[in-house]
Amino acid sequence: MYTFSSKLKTFSIILMVVGILGVGYSFLSAPKNTAEVEEILKKEAEEHGGHGAHHEEATHGKQEAHGTATEAHETVATKEAKPEASMADSVHVDTISVSKDTAHAVAATEEHHADHAAVAAHGHDKAEGGHDDAHAAEHAKHVEHVFHQLKNKPWAAVYVAALFFMLISLGALAFYAIQQVAQAGWSPVLFRVMQGITAYLPWGSVIVFILLALGAFHVHHLFVWMDADLLDPANPKYDKLIANKSGYLNEYFWLIRAAVFIIGWNLYRYFSRKNCLAQDQASDNAFYKKNFKISAGFLVFFIVTESIMSWDWIMSVDPHWFSTLFGWYVFASFFVSGITVIAMVTLYLKSRGYLEYVNTSHIHDLAKFMFGISVFWTYLWFSQFMLIWYANIPEEVTYFITRIEQYNLPFFGMVAMNFLFPVLILINTDFKRLTWIVVMAGVVILAGHYIDFYNMIMPATVGDRWFIGAGEIGAILFFLGLFIFVIFTALSKSPLLAKRNPFIEESKHFHY
Amino acid sequence: MSNKVIYAIYNDDDVLMDAVKKTRAAHHHIEEVFTPFPVHGLDKAMGISPTRLAICAFLYGLVGLSVATTMMNYIMISDWPQDIGGKPSFSYIENMPAFVPVMFEMTVFFAAHLMVITFYMRSRLWPFKKAENPDVRTTDDHFLMEVAVHGDENELVTFFQNTGAVEVKVIEKH
Repeated sequence: MYTFSSKLKTFSIILMVVGILGVGYSFLSAPKNTAEVEEILKKEAEEHGGHGAHHEEATHGKQEAHGTATEAHETVATKEAKPEASMADSVHVDTISVSKDTAHAVAATEEHHADHAAVAAHGHDKAEGGHDDAHAAEHAKHVEHVFHQLKNKPWAAVYVAALFFMLISLGALAFYAIQQVAQAGWSPVLFRVMQGITAYLPWGSVIVFILLALGAFHVHHLFVWMDADLLDPANPKYDKLIANKSGYLNEYFWLIRAAVFIIGWNLYRYFSRKNCLAQDQASDNAFYKKNFKISAGFLVFFIVTESIMSWDWIMSVDPHWFSTLFGWYVFASFFVSGITVIAMVTLYLKSRGYLEYVNTSHIHDLAKFMFGISVFWTYLWFSQFMLIWYANIPEEVTYFITRIEQYNLPFFGMVAMNFLFPVLILINTDFKRLTWIVVMAGVVILAGHYIDFYNMIMPATVGDRWFIGAGEIGAILFFLGLFIFVIFTALSKSPLLAKRNPFIEESKHFHY
Repeated sequence: MSNKVIYAIYNDDDVLMDAVKKTRAAHHHIEEVFTPFPVHGLDKAMGISPTRLAICAFLYGLVGLSVATTMMNYIMISDWPQDIGGKPSFSYIENMPAFVPVMFEMTVFFAAHLMVITFYMRSRLWPFKKAENPDVRTTDDHFLMEVAVHGDENELVTFFQNTGAVEVKVIEKH
């Protein structure tokens, strides 16, 4: 039996407390009204040597990216022409209904040029105080937009971290189910470790569900499609694209789906663990066979729900954008994180002397999975990126344009962390058996996949206002603390070696 | 010194493994072992050093990657930077996503083929090579250990008979 070391317990509680302080600070320091945003913008303007110069740069970069603005009557092109409104904020939506008729759209586009000119001029004219009406309206919109982004920021930070840690335990659960169904001979000595990690799933998934429900009740505005104004044709904010998706993207159906997924995953986890413990006391293999069957059933359920989950909880923050391999991409990202956490927890328990039968061959196998799934993640990342980059269809490519322009370092940095580093370090057979190499690669992989989820959520919710500060780090620390606390508490509840698993002897003597 | 060798023939891989370990313990030099299929752990028991073929493959892969990059940079960017369907041919990095499939395949191609050729060369295999088979049964169901004879020949024969060999032959090798 494992006993939760008091040092680790204290450490996890400290993490949670520090995390709550960070998150609390980010909520308190978020602006409460547009007047505060004006202050922030004024301060930035002083720091950047002129509000206009900064603004102008962003605007023009965006226009170059989409080329001939006058030709583009597509909604997204219109959206691009107005980058400060292209994010989650609903302000941009008013241009979309306009673009239905061509003449109007051209006028609208030209109007934007005029606006941009006005905004650009603003920077230079500020001293002279040349404010016309068009500029005032544009400025108010801009302030409103920045306000929404800054208000979203602490929520988005909590959401990314909550989702990331919940998905890690879900990834470990999927890996565990695959090991059961594949009748793997090497992994049964690790089953209890995997069950410990998946013990976070009930906690994590309930927290994520609460965050989703808070969105549906309009406490936060991470999901722009929840704005009822967008669905009303009479409203100037009416968005035909989102209105057309409202049969799928509506709060009730969305929350029901989320509840079904979460209940399904947790039921599998509960019964799988229960059967595994019952198998220890049994005199035949009935519970093992039962587990085999429910694992196979779970994997079918999982792959369907995982895909829908990725559309609902991640892709729908960008409701104008869609990608077919997105579900697989998200899966690869949290699957490799789950395997990495299994490897790291195993190494920790082994180093404390709790896993008698785990040898370097088991670690080697886990490291091979980390290596292989990292490459798989990269394959999907690149396939999604390259197909969209190559065809360059405006309605798809905005997704990557905003990420490359505003999130350049995180966007490409994560490719280095999730692909180049693990591939170069874990390609060597001897290295895959060394604790410090696996831990180092694991830390980089986990950080890289956090940034991956950050890159999926943040551009649509906070846009160019992103920063990894107190809120983001606080949320990571809080969920890390909770994660450590929950999984190690769960590990201390049952013996770390499954007794009567039919493959346990083979697994004890596994040697590669 | 004579060129005599002993052929100790076994019909079971477990017996062979034991015999190899005993022979090594008795400090007789094993020239070669012939088996019909790979015997797991035989190389370790014989004390053969690990292969470096994987290291070769990694280096060949790097060569393939360099070839692909240099080739496409020269053709598509330096030599004739045409506008093909609006793809940016101003620098290699700008158009890199389009080159990645080629870079990947060339890396795999070089790594795989050059490694295979290295394997053929190091193990001296080619189409018209004369087979070096001391006993035809070793390709079917027998295992053969070849040990050079130094010192007392009879003593050695007894030694190998005691290791479970079904047949021990002394052969004059040229």
